[in-house]
Amino acid sequence: MMRRRRRRMTTRLPTTCSLPITTTEPRPDSGLITSTRNQELPPMAETLTLLDYWPSMFGMRCRIALREKDIKFEYQEQDLWSKSPLLLEMNPIYKKIPVLIHNGKPICESLIIVEYIDETWKGKAPLLPSDPYERAQARFWADYVDKKIYEGGRNVWSTTGEDQGEAKKEYIERLKVLEGVLGDKPFFGGDSFGFTDIALIPYYSWFYSYEICANFSIEAECPKLISWAKRCMEKESVSESLPDPEKIYMLLLELKKKAGK
Amino acid sequence: METVKLYGAWPSPYSCRVIWALKLKGIPFEYIEEDLYNKSPQLLQYNPVYNKIPVLVHGGRPICESMVILEYLDEKWPQQPLLPTDPYERAEARFWVKFAEDKGLSIRMIYRTEGEKQEKARRDALEMLTILEEHGLNGKKKFFGGDNINIVDIAFGWIAHWMGVIEEITGVKLVEGNKFPLLKAWMHNFKEVSLINENLPNREKMVAFFRTRRSLILSAAWHPDFGFISRR
Repeated sequence: MMRRRRRRMTTRLPTTCSLPITTTEPRPDSGLITSTRNQELPPMAETLTLLDYWPSMFGMRCRIALREKDIKFEYQEQDLWSKSPLLLEMNPIYKKIPVLIHNGKPICESLIIVEYIDETWKGKAPLLPSDPYERAQARFWADYVDKKIYEGGRNVWSTTGEDQGEAKKEYIERLKVLEGVLGDKPFFGGDSFGFTDIALIPYYSWFYSYEICANFSIEAECPKLISWAKRCMEKESVSESLPDPEKIYMLLLELKKKAGK
Repeated sequence: METVKLYGAWPSPYSCRVIWALKLKGIPFEYIEEDLYNKSPQLLQYNPVYNKIPVLVHGGRPICESMVILEYLDEKWPQQPLLPTDPYERAEARFWVKFAEDKGLSIRMIYRTEGEKQEKARRDALEMLTILEEHGLNGKKKFFGGDNINIVDIAFGWIAHWMGVIEEITGVKLVEGNKFPLLKAWMHNFKEVSLINENLPNREKMVAFFRTRRSLILSAAWHPDFGFISRR
């Protein structure tokens, strides 16, 4: 049997992103690899599918977690402008990606999916610390990322003028809080890459877009955070899960054009 | 044993969640009442990010955010578990906890707004309650936790007691007539649990407190993250 060469996600994307994305066939870098890396083999007839959308930070979290644990999964790209019956069936309440489908049963919400992955596949790469206090801190800061970083970033790229100035200032302040929490540690979890790192690192692929839209440099404001991000990108699980920042920027331009901005 | 302290506020449903969990597990704790209009230096030191209650301080180390606190309590004190043991059931429970957090805001918005904004909040709240009735409670036993309350029941606890207060103060009715029979049954069952019943703030006091607070919110400079700007 021919060995399928694993390709980086970014090389599969067209040079211009035309919306809406309609393909739902498994992507070649979906984890259906036949490399000789030490892999956790699922029991017989176990199925694992990730319903996802390539630029989604939330989807990236799940990809990273699965890859950290070397788990085989099928990646299914979703068209968010024409949602598939499968997505609507698996997430009837929010109708959103990501959804992890394990043996036909759906798990929704990215951080919940990451915890599920950690609890189901305990053998390798624990994603949460073992100490309950440290776990509480990891959950607190991952929740902070959800509350403050997603909307903060969206405000930066979607506003203009004075509003954008305010949004930029606020966003940098929030990133600086995280930088303070990181301190001199290599990762938020200490020596090991873990839950809070997984929650935040997907945003690194969007930083380029924010910087271009609002004309500023996140590295100049938060150098330690960018060093941390580059350290994370050295991990295969991360570099394989984050798209090319330039592709995200092109998508953003298309989205803005469609919204008439 | 290391001391457990809870910084809370009597009218807060978030504070009550932690009290319910502590009492359910039989964990002795010291309760410190915070004045929401005049927060103590200790609270600001323990929760510099949000400056909010509840904060659990265990052996001098703070944990913030009520649902993070509950998961911590469940891990340190495994008796009377709040979460199931099976990973899939845990994911389901966490999903509904997050739903309570994210969608529950709509009911709070009814209380914090008026006019068109309040009308939108009312529609969002009805949508949320419908999903809870049709997807959350459908097929369930007495509680989300089965025969006994669990983390999901505690997360939704504010609906059982605080929602009625908001309905009374604002005049916006959500659960009326024959609507939401499963939700009504759950609310009744939840409040009948003796540890819940014995740890609910006095309704009359709540109506007075929230009525005053609502007029302050509508008239003064108030920020959803920081509360009353002048008090920050």
